Amino acid sequence: MNTKVTIAGVEFKNPVMTGSGTFGSGMEYSEFVDLNRLGAVVTKGVANVPWPGNPTPRIAETYGGMLNAIGLQNPGIDVFMERDIPFLKKYDTKIIVNVCGKTVEDYLEVVEKLSDADVDMLEINVSCPNVKEGAIAFGQKADCLYDITSQIKKKAKQPVIMKLSPNVTDITEMAKAAEAAGSDAISLINTLTGMKIDIHRRSFALANKTGGLSGPAVKPVAVRMVYQCAQAVKIPIIGMGGIANAEDALEFIMAGATAVSVGAMNFVNPYTTVEVVEGIEKFMEEKKVEDIHELIGCVK
Amino acid sequence: MEDKTNMSQKKKVTAVVTAQKEIAPDIFDMWLKTELAKDAVPGQFIAVYPKNESTLLPRPISICEVDKEEGKLRIVYRIAGKGTKEFSAYKEGDTTEILGVLGNGFPMDKAAEKKVFLMGGGIGIPPMLELAKELSQSGTATEINIIVGYRDSKLFLKEDLEKYGKVYIATEDGSVGTKGNVMNAIEENGLQADVIFACGPMPMLRAIKGFAEERDMDAYISLEERMACGVGACLGCVCKTKNVDHHSHVNNARICTDGPVFEAREVEI
Repeated sequence: MNTKVTIAGVEFKNPVMTGSGTFGSGMEYSEFVDLNRLGAVVTKGVANVPWPGNPTPRIAETYGGMLNAIGLQNPGIDVFMERDIPFLKKYDTKIIVNVCGKTVEDYLEVVEKLSDADVDMLEINVSCPNVKEGAIAFGQKADCLYDITSQIKKKAKQPVIMKLSPNVTDITEMAKAAEAAGSDAISLINTLTGMKIDIHRRSFALANKTGGLSGPAVKPVAVRMVYQCAQAVKIPIIGMGGIANAEDALEFIMAGATAVSVGAMNFVNPYTTVEVVEGIEKFMEEKKVEDIHELIGCVK
Repeated sequence: MEDKTNMSQKKKVTAVVTAQKEIAPDIFDMWLKTELAKDAVPGQFIAVYPKNESTLLPRPISICEVDKEEGKLRIVYRIAGKGTKEFSAYKEGDTTEILGVLGNGFPMDKAAEKKVFLMGGGIGIPPMLELAKELSQSGTATEINIIVGYRDSKLFLKEDLEKYGKVYIATEDGSVGTKGNVMNAIEENGLQADVIFACGPMPMLRAIKGFAEERDMDAYISLEERMACGVGACLGCVCKTKNVDHHSHVNNARICTDGPVFEAREVEI
């Protein structure tokens, strides 16, 4: 049985990854799961300098999901390279570094610093809804996305994945812009912008007022968008949005995702990632699927 | 800030409810049989998962008492929403998924040869019980005064606490003990201490931080915040720190893994 998938020349032992921001750099969850079992660890977004993130409360539960407004708190690329990359290098899994920034120059600085680092791919976060400075603007206007993708592609030594926002009128326009600018792959969806009101306090549940919705509540939207993008572009897609088990992951794969990421459900069940890996294998065995490629995009 | 590390391995396990009762309006007292009991120390917490899948996130609840011989944990919690409402209906023999043990406990070594205040406010009272028990049994503190604040005369855990130290009570409506809060109770009773351990609502913890700083005392306060993962990955439950935190490299520490207990001078609340 073959579960290996290849994206931009990088071979993953299986299609299961972690959703950026839900798994740190793997340290915390290495107590629960064997990171060697994962196709890749996608790290929490890292910027050129440390970011303090948003005030609390940063988390609010919603029906079948959650809102977060962490604001991309991160220790900055220098600490990340000294501490987090060496930690992940101890494991036999691929490393995808999620890069965030407020300006094009911020992104390029991180990408350049990573040029000599032993990491496999870069995922560019142009779609975080919780940072006011406007990073999401890069991900909501096709011409801006094209521009930043082109600039990053000129500097990046590793293959680039542009992570798309679902908070757009037509996500296929964004996927096409990323592809046209040379992006090696796309990942989707980032969180959906949402809001919760605390009626007893007559205030917002989150200090940031709005937050990103994730968890099983968003899954049908995410599957639909992955399907649409799979019809619109030729570059590989990493699908995510509320994946809780292998069945969910297989929906994304059949919709056209070459790989999938487990995000918010890590918080609900810290063993989710490895359970998805094992569940996909079991499904393939039961259905006598020899190669995972038979399933990728099989629903048209 | 020193690098504090919870040394026991965290696990998600199935626990069995061995008893549950309502001990004050909306305050429930539940015992859970679980392998996690053997590693638990005062001030740590567990995260309890609702069975209802519309409420996904685990609820962080402080450990009230530990029975290592029987392998049981006691939690005392207030109904605050759908999740805790569900827990309150559990009966003996029911099972529940829990994650633990989480966070770092109170640094009991700081009580050695000291006069100690254990201060709890409202649903911050439960973690004081195991702390009082273990401090009392170790006999290292020279004096243990327990000061607890309630809304009204619907007291809970009072008799349990009285086994381990002298208990002073404050109530907001003045129906029992000192009228007012725990700070008023200290003043009215002329109490003194060298070190404070506390858990309670933020205004109480702010008052304790101010009280301790004026007297240049150590105060170890247990904080809470909305959490998602409970294990330090999501960065949801941070608190502002005086110095740059060793993990985050900004002035934010994670309450779930770097806390929940902090020395009051270290945090800005």
